[in-house]
Amino acid sequence: METITLDNITTKNKTSKRVSGSDALILSLIAENVKTIFGYPGGAIMPVYDKLMDYEDQLHHILTRHEQGAIHAAQGFARVSGEVGVCLATSGPGATNLITGIADAFMDSTPIVCFTGQVYSHLLGTDAFQETDVLGVSMPVTKWNFQVTCAEEIAPAVAKAFYIARSGRPGPVLIDITKDAMFAEVDFCYEKCTKIRSYIPIPETKDIRIQQAVELIDNAKRPLALVGQGVVLSGAEKELKEFIEKTGIPVASTLLGLSALPNDHKLYTGMLGMHGNAAPNIKTNEADLIIALGMRFDDRVTGKVNAYAPNAKKIHFEIDKAEVHKIIKVDVTVLGDVKDTLARVTKMVSPNAHVVWRNSFKFIDDQETSRVIQKELNPETGQITMGEVLRHLNEVTKGEAVIVTDVGQHQMVASRYYKFKNKRSFITSGGLGTMGYGLPAAMGAQIAAPHRKVVSISGDGGFQMTMQELGTIAFNKIPVKMIVLNNDYLGMVRQWQELFFDKRYSATSITSPDFVMLAASYGIDGQKVTDRKDLHAAVQRMMDSNEPFILEVAVEAKGNVFPMIPAGSAVNEIVFGDE
Amino acid sequence: MIEEFTITVFSENSIGILNRITINFTKRKLNIDSLTVSESAIKGVYKFTIVVKCALATVENLVKQLDKQIDILRTFFLREHEVLHQEMAMYKIETSTFLESNQVEAIIRKHNARILEVTKEYTAIEKTGHKHETQELFEELKPFGVLQFVRSGRVAITRLKKELLSEYLDKLEKREMSEEI
Repeated sequence: METITLDNITTKNKTSKRVSGSDALILSLIAENVKTIFGYPGGAIMPVYDKLMDYEDQLHHILTRHEQGAIHAAQGFARVSGEVGVCLATSGPGATNLITGIADAFMDSTPIVCFTGQVYSHLLGTDAFQETDVLGVSMPVTKWNFQVTCAEEIAPAVAKAFYIARSGRPGPVLIDITKDAMFAEVDFCYEKCTKIRSYIPIPETKDIRIQQAVELIDNAKRPLALVGQGVVLSGAEKELKEFIEKTGIPVASTLLGLSALPNDHKLYTGMLGMHGNAAPNIKTNEADLIIALGMRFDDRVTGKVNAYAPNAKKIHFEIDKAEVHKIIKVDVTVLGDVKDTLARVTKMVSPNAHVVWRNSFKFIDDQETSRVIQKELNPETGQITMGEVLRHLNEVTKGEAVIVTDVGQHQMVASRYYKFKNKRSFITSGGLGTMGYGLPAAMGAQIAAPHRKVVSISGDGGFQMTMQELGTIAFNKIPVKMIVLNNDYLGMVRQWQELFFDKRYSATSITSPDFVMLAASYGIDGQKVTDRKDLHAAVQRMMDSNEPFILEVAVEAKGNVFPMIPAGSAVNEIVFGDE
Repeated sequence: MIEEFTITVFSENSIGILNRITINFTKRKLNIDSLTVSESAIKGVYKFTIVVKCALATVENLVKQLDKQIDILRTFFLREHEVLHQEMAMYKIETSTFLESNQVEAIIRKHNARILEVTKEYTAIEKTGHKHETQELFEELKPFGVLQFVRSGRVAITRLKKELLSEYLDKLEKREMSEEI
């Protein structure tokens, strides 16, 4: 077991082993190799903020403009780096402002540790100033949470928090610390947590399940592999490639699985789900074997559940037992870490090519290209489309950027059309669908990956939900590129109103400030494009910039995202919108 | 089809664990019919016995989600025929009624109930059994005036030979887990 004491950590002002609870918290973070935290100060967390000044060279704190910005930034940081994202907030409103991001991280299995200040322990339960039952409020959306009321509990709680957040199926953890625990003195000693009796992060894999999976794979005539975020979280991109290249099995990705495999891989067939590609959706219901890799059969992926993949046997590679048989009953469950289990399966399966089956995707691909993609990416008349912006972004960035999106039409367009080359290149709010996620998450991602180009793509609605973070971006000179696709509508809701609510556009028309002028007031450079002929040069200018840059594009007001599996329809009932 | 299930949860003794458990019922709009919590045969490990009426698919899913909570050691669900269960009820009647009517004594005998305490004012009676049995006694005592009536939540043991938790805990410690889904 790794033990860290003050002797192995350099501190500026401390020589004694006796430290305050606040010091203990910061030293624990340093012991966990945390370099950056996002946060916002307030009364109950002030002792920690005070001590942060003593460790400035070891722990970089980024002051966001809202606690929601801090948690989303931590999420973006975690998603791009694979490390635990950390944020700090005060009690009461500071803590409750984190909740949306915690819920988002819970849905999307993002490793996050949040620290919240709490009133003095003798005031707990007295409705003291800025007191909230943060444990109670966060309980439904945290993997684990804990309240610290004495300094001795700090180091073990932090150790446990990091272990739980990052192990098994990752998730958010919250530690609430009373103010007196921050002031109290303690002998600091940090022991990393490696085991909790009641917690099995990775369930044991049974050999028989591997054999059964291999047998199904070897006998399948029309297999389809579905890649979820589990592949990314377990770092199994290489194992995935080896598996499909040996077996010749075509692959489709969920929204959160995107970029696990480069888009130009010959076995990659596109994205699954409501606004995914037609071929993998339709072929799901023709397949005789579905190989689900670290995905959870979300309702946006399955469409109508009882009409989902009716001809297929199903194998589920999964780390979280609670996901097995939850939505779709499967034939073989391979529990364990997909990086390990998939490699074991690859060793045992017979090589194959599935040429006829793979070629059968092409007819549908061609249909989608001519009926949807061409019109979206290369329109000759009318207003600029969202897809067109993505085409130019692809041309300029060559698929090398990290794409961070908000939620809505632009999110679906970005996920459909960006051509990912590298792993961990797509960061989006999937399960919770949190508008306002994009900009702060991009900020966090850029800090975690300073040498990569990070592009945030938002709509005019979502951008306005967290655009206060322009302040954080400007002050810290975070060179994130911000694209706002402005259609003067809350586009996805408007699309549903058009299709399913008799075109009654209730509360979806939205006015915006001039985003370029707004950014300029923060000293951020930008450009607004309304004319197609200026688009490419503007994208180029943005990507050439070494500073933060905002690109507002006026896109068609009533554009719709197609294809689409209407809610309640089967995956093979996908429509192209021109029917 | 809605059935009655007895859910058994073994947990660490941590603050808020009951909240973590009930959240999983609340989010499915499930009502808890009965709940009993007490320290189990293993020191420091707490046992929750929860009775719920729902569909089999719901309870299967619920139990898996309970089981994955960090501080929960193990969760099972059992059907009616797989458990032996009891509830305890206490009744208080006026001692004068008890003395004046010879029927009350007969009722107590018939129901195999026992008298816990007799004072000048009241007589306390205890009866252990299934809910319908403790309810029956209540109904029969009612005409004589029941001053207080209280019933515990269900306690249950499986019809297996012994509780497997201690072996399970040993395996957990050694990480020799092997389980089927």
